[in-house]
Amino acid sequence: MAAVAARQQEARDGPGGRGRYKVFLGMAAGVGKTYRMLQEGHAEAAAGRDVVIGYLEPHDRPETSAQARGLELVPRRSVAIRGGAEVAEMDLPGLLERAPEVALIDELAHTNPPGLEHEKRFEDIAEVIAAGIDVFSTVNVQHLESLNDQVAELTGVRVRETVPDSVLAGADEVVLIDLTPEALIGRLRAGKVYPGENVEAALNNFFKIENLAALREVSLRQVAEEVESKRLVLGEVETVGTRSAEERVASEVPKAVGERLLALVRPQASSQRLVRRAWRSAQRLGTDLDVLWVKPPGLLIEGEVERQVTALRQLVSVLGASFLIEEHDDVVAAVARVARERGSTYIMVGESKPPRTPWARLREPLPQRLMRATPGGVDVRIVAHRGAKKEEEK
Amino acid sequence: MIEHVLVGVALFVGLGGGFLIARSRLRRKSEAATVHRILLPFTGTEISRRALDAALRLARAEGATLMPAYLAAVPKDLPLECAIPAEAAKAMSILEAIEQRAAAQEVAVDSRIERGRTYRHALERLLGDEDFDRVVVSATATGRKGISGDDLVWLLEKAPAEVLILRPAPEDHTVLSARSNGRPTSVAVG
Repeated sequence: MAAVAARQQEARDGPGGRGRYKVFLGMAAGVGKTYRMLQEGHAEAAAGRDVVIGYLEPHDRPETSAQARGLELVPRRSVAIRGGAEVAEMDLPGLLERAPEVALIDELAHTNPPGLEHEKRFEDIAEVIAAGIDVFSTVNVQHLESLNDQVAELTGVRVRETVPDSVLAGADEVVLIDLTPEALIGRLRAGKVYPGENVEAALNNFFKIENLAALREVSLRQVAEEVESKRLVLGEVETVGTRSAEERVASEVPKAVGERLLALVRPQASSQRLVRRAWRSAQRLGTDLDVLWVKPPGLLIEGEVERQVTALRQLVSVLGASFLIEEHDDVVAAVARVARERGSTYIMVGESKPPRTPWARLREPLPQRLMRATPGGVDVRIVAHRGAKKEEEK
Repeated sequence: MIEHVLVGVALFVGLGGGFLIARSRLRRKSEAATVHRILLPFTGTEISRRALDAALRLARAEGATLMPAYLAAVPKDLPLECAIPAEAAKAMSILEAIEQRAAAQEVAVDSRIERGRTYRHALERLLGDEDFDRVVVSATATGRKGISGDDLVWLLEKAPAEVLILRPAPEDHTVLSARSNGRPTSVAVG
């Protein structure tokens, strides 16, 4: 929401003195983020803009060093660290004094040694942008705070240096540097990422094909979400009444195609299976899952209900989905409202018990009522209840 | 006179019906209160067929609910309550296979996935959160990955329920396993 507010402010006040911020995001080291950043730096320079390299980490990669040639480099400054050693760090005051139009600053997630202006490089960058300088920067997806746990679980490798997601969300442009896992491993084997003696160790640890495939998926999804959120931001800006031509185009193109699942549960054992089936479908679609229980007003969450609600909450947490409880006496109205709010495109419901009364037999089944009440394009799917007989007998 | 008889009959029917409804509700309530639960903890992507069959037999005989519980060990560098999609995917296939067999035998199932720092920790959390009448666990898992001999001793001491540890037997090579790569679950012998 802070990003939305900031953008609305900008839409109202105009760009002011703030520089633009472009981030090159990659799934892993060696995909070519720095190379691409330098390429774009050259393009800006060729267009007549004043471009400097604020900080570059070539990692002894000859192609990267070659690409940096021809661009002015702001010299690093030496900083004494504990034990009397010295490290070369980005010279923030020097860069601000030089005041170029565009600064290329590598390694967004870097942590500065104690004693410098800021603890983290993304804070240095914020200062540079605030000074009206455009910044191009680079980061790998596992450094994003919200993805750090997920990536650690997928790959078994946890990085210590993280950046808040708001840094990426606040960027004016995020460019995904995509490479297939096979191509990256090919680059690694050719010695284009690490020196020869480190290649085998890298291949045996982090650079496994399954790790890279998972990271690629995470990166692609992250950028897709960024695109979606920016579209939403533009939509909100529009209501302020300051639509630029670019914003009008964005609001007039069709909405991004994205699925979102909503599983409708009740506090009973069979809902566990419904949630699992819904989660599998969400995984296949590569989308998020919301689990909803419409609680009848006045129903106390105690005894067996409490036990089942706790179990559902646990399962939803294990799966990384969202659990919602809505108190309402009309299930259909509550589901329709939640589906609208969450942008659900699929609703999954469990099999209903056979109607026991003549009145219940005359009533339209829940899936049909849901279809009519929810926005157009929302599909309703029924998940069979395994072992229904037994549970109903009890 | 006829009116009095009709009123009497109506009263009788009303009171009798009310009594029957109340009795049936009470019976249902008391049945719900005595529902038994049999815990069947497991780890990894397979479960001893012998342990599952024993748990199903017991559940069927006693009208109990089977609670298969997948124990997931969360690495120390991750928050204990974090999402564990990769582990969950493993658990789902085997839970689905168990539910399939249970449904065929008309046994009610209430599955769980429990996180802990170790399998024992997950078991401890499960025992703290849920009530069971029995725990069925296979000794065949000992010495292999999963629940160890020490864990079984711990379970015997700590579980507030009857613990049934199945003795290793020649047919223990028979396991119920399931693939987790998105294909349908299957019952395999191996």
